Amino acid sequence: MLGAPILNQVVPQSSALHMGPYGLTLVSKYLCYAMLALAVDLIWGYCGILSLGHAAFFALGGYAIGMYLMREIGPRGVYGDPVLPDFMVFLNWKKLPWFWYGFNHLGFALVMMMFVPGLLGLAFGWFAFRSRVTGVYFSIITQALTYALMLAFFRNNTGFGGNNGFTDFKDILGFDLHSDRVRVVLLVITAAALGVSYLACRVTVESRAGRVLRAIRDAEDRTRFLGYPVESFKLWVFVFSAVIGGIAGGLYVPQVGIINPSEFSPINSIEVVIWVAVGGRGTLYGAVAGAVLVNCAKTYLTSSLPEVWLYALGALFVLVTMFLPRGIIGLVPERATWRERQRIQAEKISR
Amino acid sequence: MKKFVLRVDLRWLIALLLVAGRCVGPSFAQSSSDAKFLEALGELRTATYAQKGTIVEQLAQSTHPNVRAVLTALLEDRLYVRNDDQKVFLVKSAAAGDTTALDLIDPLSLKSAGSVPIDGLTKIGTNNHLRRVLETTLARFGLSSPDPSVRLEAARQMERSLDEANVGLLRERQAVETNPKVKKEIATGLALAALNGSEPKALLGAISTLRGSLDPNARNRLEGLLEKNPDGSFVESDLQVRQAAADAVKTIDRWHGFYAGIETLLFGLSQGSVLVLIAIGLAITFGVMGVINMAHGELMMLGAYTTYVVQVAMPHHVEVSILAAVPAAFLVAGLSGVVIERTVIRELYGRPLETLLATFGLSLILQQLVRSIFTALNRSVVTPAWMSGTLEVNDALAITYNRLYIMIFTIIVFGTLLAVLKFTRPGLEIRAVAQNRAMARAIGIRSEWVDAMTFGLGAGIAGMAGVALSQLTNVGPNLGQSYIIDSFLVVVFGGVGNLWGTLIAGMLMGIVDELLEPYAGAVLAKIFVLVALILFIQRRPRGLFPQAGRAAESQ
Repeated sequence: MLGAPILNQVVPQSSALHMGPYGLTLVSKYLCYAMLALAVDLIWGYCGILSLGHAAFFALGGYAIGMYLMREIGPRGVYGDPVLPDFMVFLNWKKLPWFWYGFNHLGFALVMMMFVPGLLGLAFGWFAFRSRVTGVYFSIITQALTYALMLAFFRNNTGFGGNNGFTDFKDILGFDLHSDRVRVVLLVITAAALGVSYLACRVTVESRAGRVLRAIRDAEDRTRFLGYPVESFKLWVFVFSAVIGGIAGGLYVPQVGIINPSEFSPINSIEVVIWVAVGGRGTLYGAVAGAVLVNCAKTYLTSSLPEVWLYALGALFVLVTMFLPRGIIGLVPERATWRERQRIQAEKISR
Repeated sequence: MKKFVLRVDLRWLIALLLVAGRCVGPSFAQSSSDAKFLEALGELRTATYAQKGTIVEQLAQSTHPNVRAVLTALLEDRLYVRNDDQKVFLVKSAAAGDTTALDLIDPLSLKSAGSVPIDGLTKIGTNNHLRRVLETTLARFGLSSPDPSVRLEAARQMERSLDEANVGLLRERQAVETNPKVKKEIATGLALAALNGSEPKALLGAISTLRGSLDPNARNRLEGLLEKNPDGSFVESDLQVRQAAADAVKTIDRWHGFYAGIETLLFGLSQGSVLVLIAIGLAITFGVMGVINMAHGELMMLGAYTTYVVQVAMPHHVEVSILAAVPAAFLVAGLSGVVIERTVIRELYGRPLETLLATFGLSLILQQLVRSIFTALNRSVVTPAWMSGTLEVNDALAITYNRLYIMIFTIIVFGTLLAVLKFTRPGLEIRAVAQNRAMARAIGIRSEWVDAMTFGLGAGIAGMAGVALSQLTNVGPNLGQSYIIDSFLVVVFGGVGNLWGTLIAGMLMGIVDELLEPYAGAVLAKIFVLVALILFIQRRPRGLFPQAGRAAESQ
């Protein structure tokens, strides 16, 4: 994965190992998905909150960056309006809606990319956790949330391009989005973001707070009775996870070049859950591995055997939940036990 | 308005004059009616449109019994001339399939007269004007029909062009009419005609008749009395008449508002019954067993496809195939449910999140299965004739039959389910296992068998819901997906484990949706409902009617 930029920039084009723009985009896509999987694993694997609407945060982050990229097109759109994006001209809008102000600055868009998903997570989580909506109920209303957002974004007069969403981006900070160099830079940034969020999650779960989170996962009531403010722990980890999801979406959009309301569709969110389940719930690297693996399989199957993809995905859901509750990471327990055996032996010797 | 009436009058005057001119001479009345009839038909072949109008008048005056059939045929473009012998024939309405030949009907005997290739025939054409003449003429025929519903339709038709001739006919009919509905319609028509006059007394009488009418035309005309001229004076000079008209308009508006309210309520209830129908199956599997079945939507999809298959299997009995599809869908979806329970869900009891994921996987497999068998294209299920059409209660209130039947179907399904749970042995066992599994096992109930049956029952009901959905939306692989969130929300809103809660929640959601729709549009109304539900669940996490007592604690 991390070799991709080198394969693109250093290896000459003639070489078989050279990686074209398609490959680059694919790798960044997987990395963005991995970040989203990380976000889901943090709350599901470590705190027992199963969100079936996490793609909503991803899409919101994506829309924030998409809005910047639309403004960046400027007068180069089909209709040549200096301020209004094409779809607004097309819908006969006279002036920019207020919520589009400020999106001509990348900095503002970057803040919004984290702020909007975070705020939604905060508001939603505050309502949900305070009234102790848990387990399956929580899953169902998160699904309803993303469904409602999808319907809203599909509407033309919501102001986000309706059906078609945003596309035809030209450049970012004046650099052409379609050039290989920009792609490589974006890929490096994505990889770095994934690394940073991985470390942040790792720090979180290994801190004392992380232990409380696991306690909530395993016995919520007991943790509450021990005096921990369960609600605020859940709320803040949920917001944190939403922000990571938003960042992943914001990185995703400039690289794939399109964002539309179907990103909100409930099935997307559920797919994220299966990445985590396949990789191994409750292990952060498992989530990353699961996202990359399942998406590799998806890329391969949807192009070469489109009929088989849904069967495979469905079977994955069923088989993993029934027979691999710890995911593929759970398939390699030998090394751990071997290490443990070493430790036990060492203890024996020292005794 | 006035100007239009005047023009119509002139047209009729001309037509009448022409008729009079042509019909002078004693032979017309006395001659054999058949011969005269045929002669008039023959003239239609070469006549210009204006002449055709006259001939139609002529035919209308004759007493020949087949005039109506012939004029209807002319109106519907089914009157042809056979090129060989220049005889006029009616043809049967274009039957499905064969477009190269037409079946002829003899105008005198109204019996089949063989079929002729289409290029051996010439159609007798009509234009707009002629069609209007035909419509009014036929309406006059209708007014003397023995069938009251035909008379009613005819009276309505005549109200649209209230010329002297029509008013005269209506007045004649009023004297002998016995059916109250037709009588009222005629009175409305005559009152509308009377509004053209200027005599205040007659106007007041007409207004008081029209007060009770829901005909939109009546309201428009009454409002016309209240209009002002460009110089500020009223069109109608009499103050009393104006007041009466204003009062009548207000009354009419009040009734319209009332019926619009009832209509919204009925639409809401019918939409609600769809929601209830899709949610009851889930109320069983989720509510009673605590199993999150994300494949519920796909079980409905199986039911819808079963309807399609049954219809294809019995092409000659399309009308009843939907009735046969109900038990078939129950069996197909129910058996699938039992298989799902035995293979997957039983492994995952007590792990709701895992069940959710596994059944979601099953839903993907089922979708793809259907796509592989039936392709991704939507299949069309024919709506039988007895289910299409509209039940018109009055001018302001109408409900389509399929909405009505779905409401009835929901009530039947719901009632049957309640009865099964309450009065039968398996129902008793289901309730016992739901309340206290260990105790139920202790007294010898095979709880595993009951689980399978319960899940099968819920799945079967989903299948029956699919039959109903096949009448409402496209039958395609994505049918289930679009309903699954709704059905979960209904169950959660109503309170898990409470069938009555599901009923009330579904109906409420349907009505609220329907109430919001005119103000917000369909999509926004749906979003509002979703957001309201999300907030509601957070206020009352256990739904409208939470389970109380010991059963609730174990969940």
